Amino acid sequence: MIKIDHLYKNFGRHQVLNDISLHFEKNQAIALIGPNGSGKSTLIKTILGLVLPQQGEITFDGISIAGQSHYRKEIGYMPQMSRFPANMTVSQLFSMMKSLRKNETRRDLDLYRAFDIDQMGSKRLEILSGGMKQKVSAALAFLFDPKVLVLDEPTAGLDPIANEILKNKLQQSLAKERLILISSHILNDLDDITTHVSYLMEGEVKFFKPLEQLKTETAESRLNRIIAQVLKQQNSHD
Amino acid sequence: MINITKFIINDLIKNWILLLYTALLLLATLGFFLLEGQGDKAILGVLNLTLLLVPMITVIFSTIYYYNMYEFLILLMAQPLRRRSILGSLFLGLVVSFGLAILAGLGLPLWLLHPGGVSLVLIVVALLLTFIFIGLALFVAVWLKDKARGMGMALFLWVYFVLIFDGLVLLMMYNFSDYPIGKIVLFITFLNPVDLGRIMVLMQTEAAALMGYSGAVFRQFFSEWRGMLASLLIMLAWSLCPAWLSLRMFRVKDL
Amino acid sequence: MRIFFPILFTMAFVSALIYEAEAASFHVRKGTPLHTIKKAIALAGDSDTVFVHEGTYLETQLLIRKPLSLIGVNRPIIDAQHGDEILIVEAGNVLIRGFRLQNIGVSHLKDRAAIRIVESREVIIDDNILNNTFFGIYLQNSFQCTVRNNTVRGEAYDEMNAGNAIHIWKGRQMEVINNHLSHHRDGIYFEFVDQSLIRGNTSQDNMRYGLHFMFSNYDTYQENTFQRNGAGVAVMFSKHIKMVKNTFEENWGGSSYGILLKEISDGFMSQNTFKSNTVGVYAEGASRIKIENNNFIDNGKAMDIKGNCIDNQILSNNFIGNTFEVLTNSSSNLNHFEGNYWAQYSGYDLDKDGIGDFPHRPVNLFALITDKIPAANMLLYSFLVNALDMAERMFPEIIPENLSDERPRIKPLNHD
Repeated sequence: MIKIDHLYKNFGRHQVLNDISLHFEKNQAIALIGPNGSGKSTLIKTILGLVLPQQGEITFDGISIAGQSHYRKEIGYMPQMSRFPANMTVSQLFSMMKSLRKNETRRDLDLYRAFDIDQMGSKRLEILSGGMKQKVSAALAFLFDPKVLVLDEPTAGLDPIANEILKNKLQQSLAKERLILISSHILNDLDDITTHVSYLMEGEVKFFKPLEQLKTETAESRLNRIIAQVLKQQNSHD
Repeated sequence: MINITKFIINDLIKNWILLLYTALLLLATLGFFLLEGQGDKAILGVLNLTLLLVPMITVIFSTIYYYNMYEFLILLMAQPLRRRSILGSLFLGLVVSFGLAILAGLGLPLWLLHPGGVSLVLIVVALLLTFIFIGLALFVAVWLKDKARGMGMALFLWVYFVLIFDGLVLLMMYNFSDYPIGKIVLFITFLNPVDLGRIMVLMQTEAAALMGYSGAVFRQFFSEWRGMLASLLIMLAWSLCPAWLSLRMFRVKDL
Repeated sequence: MRIFFPILFTMAFVSALIYEAEAASFHVRKGTPLHTIKKAIALAGDSDTVFVHEGTYLETQLLIRKPLSLIGVNRPIIDAQHGDEILIVEAGNVLIRGFRLQNIGVSHLKDRAAIRIVESREVIIDDNILNNTFFGIYLQNSFQCTVRNNTVRGEAYDEMNAGNAIHIWKGRQMEVINNHLSHHRDGIYFEFVDQSLIRGNTSQDNMRYGLHFMFSNYDTYQENTFQRNGAGVAVMFSKHIKMVKNTFEENWGGSSYGILLKEISDGFMSQNTFKSNTVGVYAEGASRIKIENNNFIDNGKAMDIKGNCIDNQILSNNFIGNTFEVLTNSSSNLNHFEGNYWAQYSGYDLDKDGIGDFPHRPVNLFALITDKIPAANMLLYSFLVNALDMAERMFPEIIPENLSDERPRIKPLNHD
């Protein structure tokens, strides 16, 4: 579905993405993990077309995304941090989004209902708390029932209940042939839904493997322990 | 594009700084007419205020607004939308909102208290300066990712166009006063929309004769309708060029 | 002089009475045997009266060499058909009244005029309308003549092909009163004319000066209006001139002045109004002139006093709405400014005596700059210039420090 082919990106002298090649398919929930500054956010932004790579190519369903905007119809994006125009209300935001994508009739209002967005519809976006903003972002990401979900640190500001709701929703989506891409540095949050793990460090993919395979390789069950093990093994190889 | 523009206008017209700006313009314009009477003097007062305040508020506010909207722009960018239409909407939203502020705060009282050519030119100049400095603000904001540097640059641009440019021109004129510089000075004014706007308005007042004192070239150019049209076109170019450049820059910008 | 005039008038009156007794009348009328003015003048004797009745007379070069009254009835027209001069007076005690004189051709060899008075005394030119006559009324080497109530309108389109409306060259005790002069080169031209009065005239839309005044002393001009003339009014090389209650307005243009004072001394200027001129008063080499109780309103530069002006007193004037109040080209000042009202004064009056508590410096730094570098005018009213000017006034560096009004008024004076 998404194929990343020898991707390079540097900001000045700083190499952020260094020869990244990855291939994501539907029915996968990929945990994109790595320390801060490892390039996960940049990779996500590159997939979304927000950052333009110097070299390499990304294809979406076999078509290069360079200079394209149409493919983003199939992507729901929940950014790490959300800030909205101060003086608009939640319901105005949703109606604007709908009006921007008038031709798309597919809707997924599960999260919208679960987070009870309607109830805060008349609130100005400025006065929303961080958690509420995240809920709005999550509901927006799912709104057009996209085939791909890209979530950047989704659980950072969410309360445990909301977190649980989101996780359940992701699980359901996975069952409906979706591709889920989650970047996070808090590892154990993602254990339950992750099918694949990609570990980035200093702009390079340290590994990209199915979770099950990793589990058997490392004989660990918890994600952060698995990663610790793998890194240790890799270091001893070097 | 229209939808985002509408959304941004909706957001901006409820912005208290913009409302305060409108009120300030309104009060100041009324104040000048109350204190100075009906004549050119009140117009000159309003002109001075316009040339100082409009670029400053416009460029600073627009720069801040861009940075504040940054995350929202990213959210929009993740939608199946063209980049051009997103920044274009932001520009249009700012243009319409600030344009309305000028019309309500400056245009309305001016037209009621002193209807005529000079008021019309002043209103048009104020509008064009607004568009120009929105364009410049977007250019700076798109160019510089860092908010503090962007703000500094925006402020610098304001000081440059309002003060530094004129200082350099004065220095140049001092050093080349023995040469026939009338025509060159004419072209130099094209390089600063604030100067050009000021002269366009002054040419409609009694001060025109004093300006004419400096040489036939100047007066001839600005008092003819063709000169006025040319000045208008130059101002329009000034409002479109930075906006167009920022659009181009935005197209290939990493966000 | 004051006693001289009444005596003169009495004498004139008595002599007129004597002549009246034996004066005869001639009537020039179309369709009668006496149908040309030339013939009537020839027939008339000393002090006779020639009445010219309604109609158009195509005559030129009517020479009057004896005391005579030439009176138009129902405003007859004498048309020169773009030819030579119409009336030439070479005798005293001539009266010309009630005519319309028109269409004298432009000549580059001779200053043709509708009425020329040559070396004569006590000629009165009253109530005539002159239209397109190159020069209007031309007096040379004459004394005690009166030119009043005439309308002299030219059709000049450039300075080269234009004459003056009232031109006086050499004379004494002349009176130019209530005339309306327009569209000539100069409205009134005075050269070597002493002890004369110019009163109540309107001189407007002339190519060069509304009043052009040179080498003439002890003259008075008052209650005249000079409007929209190419270069305003020039008073030059003269002494003891009184200028009272005149209005100088709308003389806009590159080198246009309300009044140009050049090399003049011991004058008196009072209760004049200078409104909307590029420069209100431009003084060069003027000395001992008292400029008092005048209004300077809405001028580009109210006063431009060059450094060679000495001992002038500028007292109790109003300076309102001028772009620049005073301009000079010298860093020293030998003139005295006191008790004026300056609209640009930014001081206050805490002791409420009507006088500002600290002096006003009316010279604007930017005015000096533009005087040296005219192109700098493009920066007029810019923020830079306003800021520079404010700083300079607080800490004078370039502007003459002692050019200041120590007692600026807080409120404008009422001069009416």
